Amino acid sequence: MLGEAWSLSPSVALRPEPFGALAYHFGNRRLTFLKRPQLVDVVRDLEQHRDVAAALDAAGVAEDQRPAYVAALRDLARADMIRPRQEATR
Amino acid sequence: MTLMETAARPEGGTLLEQFELGLDAPICLTWELTYSCNLSCAHCLSSSGRRDPRELTTEQCEAVIDELQRMQVFYVNIGGGEPTMRPDFWHLVEYAVAHQVGVKFSTNGVRITPERARWLASTDYVDVQISLDGATAEVNDRVRGPGSYATAINALRHLANEGFRDAKISVVCTRENIDQLDEFKAIADTYGATLRLTRLRPSGRGADVWDDLHPLPHQQRQLFDWLVAHGEDVLTGDSFFHLAGFGEKLPGLNLCGAGRVVCLIDPVGDVYACPFAIHDNFLAGNVLADGGFAKVWQESALFQDLRAPQTGGACSGCAHYDACRGGCMAAKFFTGLPLDGPDPECVEGYGESALAGPRSIPAASQDHSRDAPGRNAPVLLTLSRRDGVDAPPVSACAESPLAGFVPA
Repeated sequence: MLGEAWSLSPSVALRPEPFGALAYHFGNRRLTFLKRPQLVDVVRDLEQHRDVAAALDAAGVAEDQRPAYVAALRDLARADMIRPRQEATR
Repeated sequence: MTLMETAARPEGGTLLEQFELGLDAPICLTWELTYSCNLSCAHCLSSSGRRDPRELTTEQCEAVIDELQRMQVFYVNIGGGEPTMRPDFWHLVEYAVAHQVGVKFSTNGVRITPERARWLASTDYVDVQISLDGATAEVNDRVRGPGSYATAINALRHLANEGFRDAKISVVCTRENIDQLDEFKAIADTYGATLRLTRLRPSGRGADVWDDLHPLPHQQRQLFDWLVAHGEDVLTGDSFFHLAGFGEKLPGLNLCGAGRVVCLIDPVGDVYACPFAIHDNFLAGNVLADGGFAKVWQESALFQDLRAPQTGGACSGCAHYDACRGGCMAAKFFTGLPLDGPDPECVEGYGESALAGPRSIPAASQDHSRDAPGRNAPVLLTLSRRDGVDAPPVSACAESPLAGFVPA
């Protein structure tokens, strides 16, 4: 996943909260809690980065934290909160 | 948002700990649109019946929705009363959805015609919840009134026929319907619906019938086991966290969200800590008088207080306190128990002994019940006779010398 380009799903809204953010998917009506401000930064800015690794670096995620963040991103992908980005269409 | 500027809020910790400190906006908001209702259910949480002349106008409701959109409250649970009694109800639903506020509304089904069901099936972001408190007309109509079972089932049929998928059937669990859980599930399956079970609260008119209708201790266990067996297939609105002391954790947050992650807006715009606490003691403010909903949510003294760290009080020494967190605030308040003590339905039985002790049940602070019972009002009486009575009572005027004589 680290080398892939991803972005927030178009039907997802992020609501900032003291602990991080709520992510709500208007399509499947799922509510997910992003428990770290850094994870919120990563998810929100995925689109602006070449790939996931770049997004993690930009948010200042330490190397040893990467596996945990990738696992969290995979969970978000399963709930359609984030989607692979089609570079060709950009 | 500036909610937490004064609080030194700890970072990290569990999500639950964060929720207990409150959020910038509620996750789940209940909005009762009217106190008007065609039914007079014996256990109505909001003592509904008659419309209140001060109820929010269409424009005022739209302003509330605009504010919810700004606060990113992603969905509201609309109820009442019977919300569809409002002539502008469908307009407000459309308005909310158009402003990125999804709607789930609770209804007894009275306005769910085939045409309306078709319209509902064609919308996104609208969810329908039909109330049903018995899996048979006999059990349901006793508390909800004659004809209410047929109304609910008709609504479910219309929804299913017109292609509305995954309606919710909302059941308040009582002493009289706990044995029907499998039958409720079967009804839900028949109509492609999802079953939702909630707790009987002693709020509103529920206070009058709670002693007779709340599940008995062995039924609580029966309910808990059933919920564990059905897991995520059955919704509970996080109703039963007071049963967490039985052991396994039920799906959901398992926390009292009052004023922290949930609250209620009533038909006149009053904001209460939770849908089960319509009482002056839990009134945080008014959306019209106090500068809007966001201000009430973020700044009211009551809500600040509910978000402050709580102590377990009388429960702090109990091994289950971490699981049940002392149970439901509203259930304690309306049964006259101290708020920092056990829930009246505490699985350890501490509630029962507390109920047996001295307590004073608080007077209701609002009542929109009809003045006179209507034709279809439920009457919770059972015809029976006392034991040990085998002759008519003896009148003071009886002249027979053998009056009242019972041969040995």
